[in-house]
Amino acid sequence: MTGLDRFLDSFFNLRVAVEYLPKIIDGFWLTILLAFCIILSGLAAGLALAVLRSLGIRPVNWLIIFVVDLFRALPPLVIIVLLYFGLPAAGLSISGFASAWLSLALVLMAFSEEIFWAGITAVPRGQWEAARSTGLTFAATLGHVVLPQAVRMVVPPLTNRTIAITKGTALASVVAVPEILGAAQAGVSFSFNPTPLTLGALAYVVLFFPVVILGRWIETRFAWKR
Amino acid sequence: MAQTPPIVAAHGIHKHFGTLHVLKGVDLMVAERELVFVIGPSGSGKSTLLRCLNRLEEPSSGSITVDGIDMLSRSTDINAARQRVGMVFQSFNLYPHMTALGNVALALRKVQGKSRAEAEARARAALDRVHLADRAGHFPGQLSGGQQQRVAIARAIALEPRVMLFDEPTSALDPELVGGVLAAMRELREDGMTMVVVSHEMGFAKAAADRVVFMADGLVVEQGPPAELFGAPRHERTRAFLGQIERH
Ligand SMILES: Nc1ncnc2c1ncn2[C@@H]1O[C@H](COP(=O)(O)OP(=O)(O)OP(=O)(O)O)[C@@H](O)[C@H]1O
Ligand SMILES: [Mg+2]
Repeated sequence: MTGLDRFLDSFFNLRVAVEYLPKIIDGFWLTILLAFCIILSGLAAGLALAVLRSLGIRPVNWLIIFVVDLFRALPPLVIIVLLYFGLPAAGLSISGFASAWLSLALVLMAFSEEIFWAGITAVPRGQWEAARSTGLTFAATLGHVVLPQAVRMVVPPLTNRTIAITKGTALASVVAVPEILGAAQAGVSFSFNPTPLTLGALAYVVLFFPVVILGRWIETRFAWKR
Repeated sequence: MAQTPPIVAAHGIHKHFGTLHVLKGVDLMVAERELVFVIGPSGSGKSTLLRCLNRLEEPSSGSITVDGIDMLSRSTDINAARQRVGMVFQSFNLYPHMTALGNVALALRKVQGKSRAEAEARARAALDRVHLADRAGHFPGQLSGGQQQRVAIARAIALEPRVMLFDEPTSALDPELVGGVLAAMRELREDGMTMVVVSHEMGFAKAAADRVVFMADGLVVEQGPPAELFGAPRHERTRAFLGQIERH
């Protein structure tokens, strides 16, 4: 066998590829499900915290800032492992999927709270004053006047951050979630051939390339002209 | 003439920002259909006074009633009361993500609870009053400064306020756009709107104001009909200020 043959046999072995493709495809859908759960709950929680922060209740804001900084400081893998192996010790068992979901959602919550908050504070004071002077309540002003502008302003950084954190779904492989990377690694250890990893990489490209393109499009689309 | 109760009655208004004493006991009465002009040097508290009238600022002490409603009472529904006080800002403050129509209709829907159709019909009528009915579908970014300010006026008058407050409505405008906004204000006045105007447009004051109030250092120094205040100011501060304005 020449070096090239060996390389092709290792990474592009057709027999192995055919055998493990279904597992990788399962992993693909699982990754999408996990990503979807993370994005939905993470962004919702981040927005909720930013809104809560805008109420300006001092002790509440200190707590929010502490939580946000904590989850921005901790490596996501540490949070996943801590939840997965730590919670059972405290009598609460948690699935690998749930611990990955919860961990990455918390991280996305923390980062998106900061981004939403930056957007809210970037809306000029005059917008609040104009709205309140017409009798709109605080909540109505926030909902109809401030948040639409704030969210629009932060779509580009939010998209980038969301993509980055969503790629962290690969970390779930550590806690035995058969998402793309997990399925690929399992394939490698059963077949003694790294081809499943090639498939995994391809699956990530198929999954994230459109997302990155979408992000780029959103960025230009939402470039804010006043 | 029968004595009608004043639309705005502010007494002994004090306002502190931290250690800064900005309003030092200001009284302001505005009768129905009256146009009161407020002038004074920068930092004298004109904007702060206006903003106290609809409680965008909380006065430190004093009393304010608008159309008989105690604006400072804890039991007053401030959001209901604010609909009686229209406000127009120097920087327009239109909502950039909404069309002109959307800007005007928002409070009609969300504060007055009107249906979308009714709110938009009223919004169109308000835009028509400032001659911008044909711009209803434009976003603020697509309008000139003068048009934006007229939309802001429409947004306020659509709620049928009892008094309109203007804080330097033309200061941010290019000179050629000032006329359109002043014309809209004059039409409002002719329709009988009660108005308090902070502005440096002395020509407009002379032509349209019933009374001019001169403020300095957080106090009303003197007030009177424009002919009197501009023609024969009694106080040295007033004379100095008017002299400065004229040199510009
Ligand atoms: N939110 C605030 N916090 C602290 N100080 C303030 C605040 N708003 C106004 N001031 C101060 O109060 C004083 C009066 O301000 P105000 O805006 O009422 O003056 P003005 O007469 O409207 O001046 P101008 O002609 O420049 O608009 C100024 O010294 C200003 O710096
Ligand atoms: Mg001012």
